[in-house]
Amino acid sequence: MNAVRQNRLNTFAAHGALVVYVLIALFPVFVIVINSFKDRRSIFREPLALPNSESFSLIGYETVLKQGDFFLYFQNSMIVTVGSLFFILIFGAMAAFALAEYRFKGNTLMGLYLALGIMIPIRIGTVAILEMMVQTGLVNTLWALILVYTAQGLPLAVFILSEFMRQVSDDLKNAGRIDGLSEYRIFFRLVLPLVRPAMATVAVFNMIPIWNDLWFPLILAPAEEVKTLTLGSQVFIGQFVTDWNAVLSALSLAILPVMALYVIFSRQLIRGITSGAVK
Amino acid sequence: MAEKPRFRWHIVVFLAPAVLVYTAVMIYPLFNTLRLSLFTEVDQSRVFVGLQNFKTLFGDTVWSTQFWNALGNNFWFFMIHMLVQNPIGVALAAILSHPKLRFASLYRSAIFIPTILSFVIVGFAWKLILSPIWGIAPGMLDAVGLKALYAPWLGKEAYALTTLSLVSVWQFVGIPMMLIYAALLSIPDEILEAAEVEGITGLSSFWKIKLPLILPSIGIISILTFVANFNAFDLIYAAQGALAGPDFSTDILGTFMYRTFFGFQLQLGDPHMGSTIASAMFVIILIGVCLYLFGIQSRMRRYQF
Repeated sequence: MNAVRQNRLNTFAAHGALVVYVLIALFPVFVIVINSFKDRRSIFREPLALPNSESFSLIGYETVLKQGDFFLYFQNSMIVTVGSLFFILIFGAMAAFALAEYRFKGNTLMGLYLALGIMIPIRIGTVAILEMMVQTGLVNTLWALILVYTAQGLPLAVFILSEFMRQVSDDLKNAGRIDGLSEYRIFFRLVLPLVRPAMATVAVFNMIPIWNDLWFPLILAPAEEVKTLTLGSQVFIGQFVTDWNAVLSALSLAILPVMALYVIFSRQLIRGITSGAVK
Repeated sequence: MAEKPRFRWHIVVFLAPAVLVYTAVMIYPLFNTLRLSLFTEVDQSRVFVGLQNFKTLFGDTVWSTQFWNALGNNFWFFMIHMLVQNPIGVALAAILSHPKLRFASLYRSAIFIPTILSFVIVGFAWKLILSPIWGIAPGMLDAVGLKALYAPWLGKEAYALTTLSLVSVWQFVGIPMMLIYAALLSIPDEILEAAEVEGITGLSSFWKIKLPLILPSIGIISILTFVANFNAFDLIYAAQGALAGPDFSTDILGTFMYRTFFGFQLQLGDPHMGSTIASAMFVIILIGVCLYLFGIQSRMRRYQF
């Protein structure tokens, strides 16, 4: 009887602690979003109240959509993120297959070389990257960002994918070889479909840091027509810093796409992290 | 009849794209940056000066005060993450991993939300909330009778860095939580049941059984935190700008390198001094990673289940 009560108390304490932390985690997002739907006076008078018929206003969103080219920024972010993910996955899977499948001289060394980039941040090389992009004329193009993010994502992708490729059964591949399939076909037809879950994990891991990055867009592609959503909202908010309606609406609009991605992929992301893909 | 082994071209084809992109865009620029730190610009041409830039960085008082300030701030930034973010992450994971807890996945997803937001959103959102103009923070403190504690934290030299570190902790607590949660789930039930038979339950089971078993994960989280903190930039830039105000009190290595490289206000950008700072950052990160790999990881006992 005592033990039961003790147990119930523990459960209660556990839920209490978690609820408190969830409130801390969500409170700022909540405050920003509700205030973005209010008129200026109510933002200041009652910042914690929900918008009602009296205080409801979309003036901030109107300013944002009129002044900033958020659709263009969104499109740029999409192109960069999807493009980088495509190259990370295809190049990463190919290299991982070579390392996992074949024995050749320098296999281990190549694996270590590619793994170097997991620990060393690519930002250290920024000065030389910018110089190279200027020389090749890629500065202020989306290609500059796609290349940088691909290089940044490859080490971890190769590492994770080669772990998974080692688990693909040899019998299957050998059966394919006996049937006369080329090594390329074995990779694209047999192996790639089997490691799709691992590819999804890699994609989700890379997606959010690429979408949210501020450093490389700021340095490699600051021009108006190639701004990403993250940089675009940073610049926009900096200019409209006294227009609270516009700032709050811009923040809410910037939260929206990431939240949508998160709702779609959160299961994948959490499964990826908790399945021990990162060891 | 022995056939000469043919050169297996497909291995090259499989490896080439990844190795080329990685080498050209990551490894080569990294070493090129280290090389550029040995040069300077005189009359628009590049001149080799050996270690002169490093002498300037550490010897010239204008540079060295800025560098040590940024490095010191960076250590404080890292310490707060280690002392606040990681213990909270472990505690949340320990609660979440309780087998009979309901709504665990709901809590997990909600707590992870700040981690997916960009620094720009996080930086501005907290700037607005803590702002004395809007009055959410003072208003809330007033509601619990603690209004006297309020100060415009981000504007005060003494508090700004700690405040921003805590904002960053708020944002990233989800990562240690998830990794520790995964580690806790991988502990086999037999071990916990055996401990229970011996009378070790509840909190003491956490301290005596689970914590020692998740130490390797805590080690990994520490090194990930270290690397992330020592090349942080975005949050400070989004909240305080490139000048890392007030009066450089929130300046860390990332913002210092950005300012030096790109220039600000009246100072012109200097790629060579920028490379010098980047090289210093490289050495710091390398020392941290080596300490971890040779000092901590190799001594840690790993348990195979």
